[in-house]
This record gives sequence, C-alpha cells and structure tokens, in this order.
Amino acid sequence: MHKLLSDQRDKKMLLLGNEAIARGALEAGLAIGATYPGTPSSEISAALFDISHESDLYFEYSTNEKVALEVAAAAANCGLRSMAIMKHVGLNVAADALMTLAYVGVKGGMVILSADDPFMFSSQNEQDNRYYGKLSGLPILEPSSVDEAKEMIKYAFELSEKLQEPVLFRTTTRINHSSGIVTLGDIPPVKTTGDFVKDPFSYVTVPAVSRNLHVKLLKHWDEAKSISENSPYNLIEGDGPCGIVCNGISYNYVSDAVKDLKCEKKVKILRIGFSNPMPEALVKSFLKGCDKVLVVEEGEPYMEEAVKAFAQEEGSTITIKGKSPSHFSRLYEYSPALVRKVLAEYLNLTYEPPAIPDMSDVPEIPQRPPNLCAGCSHRATFYIAKQASAGMETIIPTDIGCYTLGLLPPMSMADFVICMGSSVTTSCGFSKATNKKVISFIGDSTFFHSGITGLINAVFNNHNFTLFILDNGTTAMTGHQPNPGVDMGLLNQTGFGRIAIEDVVRAVGVKEVTVIEPFKVKKSIEAVKKAFEFEGVSVVISKEMCTLYAKSLKLLKGKRYRVSDKCKNHRDCINQLGCPAFFLNEGKVQINPAQCTGCAVCVQVCPENAILPIKE
Amino acid sequence: MNTTRVILVAVGGQGNLLASSVLGEAALLSQIPVRMSEIHGMAQRGGVVESAMVFGDAKSPVISDGEADVLVGFEPSETLRALRKCNDGSVVITNLEPLPPFTVAIGKGVYPDLNELQSLIRAKTAKLIAIDAVKLAREAGNELSVNMVLLGALIQTGKLPVQAETVKEVIRIKTKQAFVESNIKAFDLGFLAAQRENK
Repeated sequence: MHKLLSDQRDKKMLLLGNEAIARGALEAGLAIGATYPGTPSSEISAALFDISHESDLYFEYSTNEKVALEVAAAAANCGLRSMAIMKHVGLNVAADALMTLAYVGVKGGMVILSADDPFMFSSQNEQDNRYYGKLSGLPILEPSSVDEAKEMIKYAFELSEKLQEPVLFRTTTRINHSSGIVTLGDIPPVKTTGDFVKDPFSYVTVPAVSRNLHVKLLKHWDEAKSISENSPYNLIEGDGPCGIVCNGISYNYVSDAVKDLKCEKKVKILRIGFSNPMPEALVKSFLKGCDKVLVVEEGEPYMEEAVKAFAQEEGSTITIKGKSPSHFSRLYEYSPALVRKVLAEYLNLTYEPPAIPDMSDVPEIPQRPPNLCAGCSHRATFYIAKQASAGMETIIPTDIGCYTLGLLPPMSMADFVICMGSSVTTSCGFSKATNKKVISFIGDSTFFHSGITGLINAVFNNHNFTLFILDNGTTAMTGHQPNPGVDMGLLNQTGFGRIAIEDVVRAVGVKEVTVIEPFKVKKSIEAVKKAFEFEGVSVVISKEMCTLYAKSLKLLKGKRYRVSDKCKNHRDCINQLGCPAFFLNEGKVQINPAQCTGCAVCVQVCPENAILPIKE
Repeated sequence: MNTTRVILVAVGGQGNLLASSVLGEAALLSQIPVRMSEIHGMAQRGGVVESAMVFGDAKSPVISDGEADVLVGFEPSETLRALRKCNDGSVVITNLEPLPPFTVAIGKGVYPDLNELQSLIRAKTAKLIAIDAVKLAREAGNELSVNMVLLGALIQTGKLPVQAETVKEVIRIKTKQAFVESNIKAFDLGFLAAQRENK
C-alpha cells in the first residue's frame, strides 16, 4: 500500500511538502486529478498517480497544463472534487482556461495548485503567481509549512465549494521541497461519479452569457473577501507597535528572527494565508495599532501594494516598507539571516550573527555544474547535429528539458529558449528574419505539450528549418513521468494509448522526415546532412531511451568500455563529447567503468579506435 | 528546546537524501521537532545536493550562511565549498574520498589538495572529523553505504539529540532489506571512526 494511503488517524509522519499536499487532497476526497509535471510540483503528481492505481482516485498526466486544468474543470462541474497541479509557468499555459473558468465557476470543489519557484532553482523565470488571483478574480491560499499545507488543501476544497469557484493554491519551492511532521486525518470515501446538469446559459460563454457571469464572479469575489476577513489562515500574533505583514515561507523567517532578536514585545505579526482577496478590514484594524509596518514577502510587492492602499483609505501616514533598496528585494528567495538583518535594522536593534568564515584563503574550488549524464542520448544527437552542420552559420533554438543543458560546452548547442514549445515557433521567426541555417531541438514530452501547433504553423507558412525531436521515451527532466509517446507497457500499466511521433509529424504535412538512432553516429550524420539540405521544414526524430530510465527499467544492455594503449591522447572523447564517465589520470584519458553505460558513442568518435569493450 | 542546524552536502547519487530522511525519521521517533529542506531537480545530472535539517524549536527549514552547527560533507571539495554555512563553533564531518567534478577531468579546474583542504577547514571551525568513508563502506560490505558511515560519525559527535539505537532502528525499517545488515555495519564503523578522531 502506498504510504500516503495509511488509515492510521493521528499517526505522525515525516512528509515532503508535496507528499503532505497529496495526502491533504486524499483527506479532502479528491476524485479526479490532472497534471503536467514540473519542478517543484512533480512529487505531488507522482504520489497521486501511484495512488490512483490502488484507490478510487482518477489521476492523469495530461499533455499540458491547459489540458489538465480543463479536465479538472469539467469534473468539478459534474460535482466532483478535482485538482489541477502544475508549476508556476504552467499556469501561463493554462491561463486561457483559467480566466473564463472563473466566470463559469464550479460545482464540486476544485483546487489549482501553482508551485512558484523563487530563485529559479529549476525554472526559466520566478514570476509571482499571486497576480493570477487578481487577474482572474479567484481566491488564493498560501501555506507557510508542510503540516499547514495538508490542512489548507482541505480548507481549499471547502472554500471552493462554498464560493462555487476554483481556488488557487500557491506554494513555493521551500514548501514543496521541505519536509516536516504531519498528523494524519481520515481519508473519506470518494464520490467518483458525478453528473452534469445542462444549463447552457450558465456554461456556454457567448458574450450575452459572459456578461452575466462576470457579475456573478464579482459577487463571488465579495463573498470571498468576507471569508478572507475571518479566515483562520489570516492570523495576528503579538501586539507590539511595529507591524510585520508576511506570508508563506517568510512567516517562518519572521518568527525565528523575532525570537533571535528577542523583540516579541516590539512587534505584531499579520500572517496572510488567504491572500486574495486581501482581508481589507483585518488589515485596516491591524494598521491601527502600528507606528510602522514592514511587509515581508518573496517575489512582487503584492501585499505591500494592498497594505499601502488600505492605509491610504484610512488616512494613515505611517511608514510602510517592503520592497526597496534598503529593505527587501523582488529578486530570488529570502533566508532567515536576511529577514533577521532587515528586521533588526528596521527596529534599530543590534544583533551579531555568527560570523561567516573568511574564505579568501581558500583556493578556487572546481565548479560542479549539472551535465548530461554518461550515456545520455542527447549528447550523441548534439554531436551528430554539430558534425552535420560543420561550416554552416547556424541559429539553434532549444526547448525546456534535460537537453537545455546542451548550452554548456563542449556541445554549445543552444542559442535561444523562452518556454515550452518555443523551439519550433521561434525557428519560424529566426528562419524568416535571417539567412542562417536554423536547427532546433525539442524533447518528446515537450513536443506533445506545445510543439505540435508550432510545427503545423511551420508547414502551413512554409518555413525553412530542421527540427530535432529528441524521443527518449519518457519525461526525463522531472523524474520520468509518462507522456503520450511513452510505452506504458514497460511500466506494467494497461489501458493507455500510445502516439507515434513520426505519425504525427507526417500527418501534419512534414515532407522530409528522418528517423535516426543516435548511437549509430556515422550513419546518423549522413542522414542528418540530407535533412539539413532540404528547403522547407525537415524533422529528424532521434530515438534512444533515456539512460537513467533504461537503467531503472533494467533495460541497459551495452558493454562497458575502457581506453586501451592505442590512445594517442587526441582527447576528442573529452573535448568533443564531454561525457562525465571520462577523467584524466596523470595526463592519460580513462573511463570510469562505474559510470560507463555502454552507449559506445566515444568508440565511434576516437580517431585511433583506442576505446575497447571491457571483457566481462 | 535548543535548535541544532545540520547541513548535509553531497554529489547527486551519494545518498544524502536517504541519510537525511533516516535522520528525520529518527527525530520523529525521538519526539524531537524537525524540519528539513532540500534542493532537488538537477541532482541526477551530476550536480550538488544540499539538505538542511533543523532540529528543535525554530520554524525555518532553511539554514543561512554561517549558521550550521554541523556540516556533513560526502565529498571533500563539496565540504569545502559548503564551509560558508559554518562558523567558528561548527563541527565538520567529511568523507575524504574525492569524486572530482567533470570540470577537473577535462582540465578546467584543479582539485584542492586534501591536506590543505583539511587544515583550512580546521582553521575555520571548531572541529573536523575526516574519515575515509568509502573505505569503511567497502569494509561494511557495500560501497554505496557512505551515507550510513557519515550518519554514524554524525551521531557519535553527540551534537544531535538523537540516540544511535534510534537511528539504527530506522535503518532497519526504512532502508532496503538486502542492505540493512551492511547499512548497520557502516553506521557502526562511522561511529567508531569518529570516536577515534575524537580522542
């Protein structure tokens, strides 16, 4: 049984934030969930997908976040409790659905989880998704800890049903990827079949209907505001003269700082957990006792703007600080020491933190950047593309996935990326705007997510570029989740379809389609050269399973290799491939057999044929 | 309750997430409040994995520079890199077997000298316990039990309010059955090695 299905009420478990959120959803009676994987949200979905195989829960990996949100929206409008789970930038993809779903509303509780990533530990931006609450008019909840996240998910479903609107549940990496002790509640029986009651004048959003629905949404917003005013998740601690308004993970930094600075008597804390609509009356009454206020929130000055507006309405002229050069930044994540330092300065308190060691006499420590794995098929494909395009002036749009790491030397095969699917569509623009050869890269999951529409555009508008689709049989970057091209039989799963990328590419009208096996280097280079010569849209599908995935499925079968005496130290293996299984020992190239996966790409690259199989 | 802050730093694949999870479960069994945070993501792609564990009453699951009471490094150059987390009162435990980054393999960096590395750490902290954890792991029967060796050494320092027996109990329940015996042995060898260093 999955550990999150434990029926031991009141049992204490150490859970990852994402596991606590999954458990909270189960305790709330989640019936239908959908997701597109994305760090830092992925473990919620991984847990719920596993659990769906041994419970009444239906959970799917959708092709993208918009699809996931729409699947969940329909379920919620049949009266079921549903959830759509995504990383922050995923909500951009789903935003079209989100905005009008807010007009339509829901019947059963629906929670949309957005996992924000301040500091961009694994994201392309650090946008603050609280503004989606303002933009859509939907309520937002933000937990401050792992155990609170579990309880708050249940509250989110109740709130959604009360308001008949989906609720945005906003986390940040430090909630998703923190662990804490959680007390289990009951998992109720799940209502798995709902019913859809036809009511086109509430559901079919033609202008005449939507004009009424917008009125309804504003009415719901007013109700949400009165609930926010009294929500147990908007809480006040202390009664000192300096007000501190904080949210999410920052609340913990504030609490610890107040304790470290021993300034409990000097401060009054307003922790906002229900952040849209902001509790106006509560904030106004909070401000009354304060002679100044500090707003502590990562990201944008979302609460700060609201607090300042409320103060203005009250005719208050007290100092309210948040984002400013001498207080907090809009950049990156905060830390306990930073919050303590700013708070100490704001209160004119002296505090000597433990001294950070002087590292000036420490020699430079070699960097350890992430790298494509030993035996990664992307490395082989990049090498092939590089050889086949030798001498050409190229522009290389890439996409979101492990292969974005192709930007690093020695490959240096990435020139432009903004979001999922943009490799294909920016290729259209680059090829029209320049006379250079445009070569782009997209992974299999990303192709299904948002590459297909771009490819159709390219065919229709007769663009001129070569797109590599890197089909490694899984969604590798986020931890090997399924995608529509995956062979679910390998995961012992039945009842799934499977879409062949080659069929899709041919069906949308691409005339020049080449399928390569990237571990056959020479043959692939010749095939790719031909694709590059084609005027128009050409597609190269590079098919080879992700090495880590193959290893986990026990499908890795290649022999391991060693560098023999024939090595004349050309170092093409190191300088052109950069496989991390290689190392230099007293100036001589060697292969770490523990890392070698037997892809044999180096064998084909070595000019002396010096790399030989290990006799085992 | 006093707060104790521990940083565990490793290279992806060295098993520090299992080590921190065992330690966290042991704290739970000992009824000690514990919060942890870790940065996942690119770990499997050869990057650094850092977990922070906060025992006691503090609410933050994150440890700022200069504020770790104990630093456990699974790889010597990563221990040195993470030294910014320490202060002059910190205890540092490090494995001595290098796992040179690829940048060194291709000649784009120089791996620090191990003796110099140890004296630098000694000079900047209260105590260094340096052990060849890979050798001890092999002795325990499983080269991959470096994480358990280091856990043993960490518990021996007495810096954490968690007993060795409790940690071993968690190892028995939470680690793969086939490895329990070698994991326990690795834990004990790490404990003894730290004891010798402490004399």
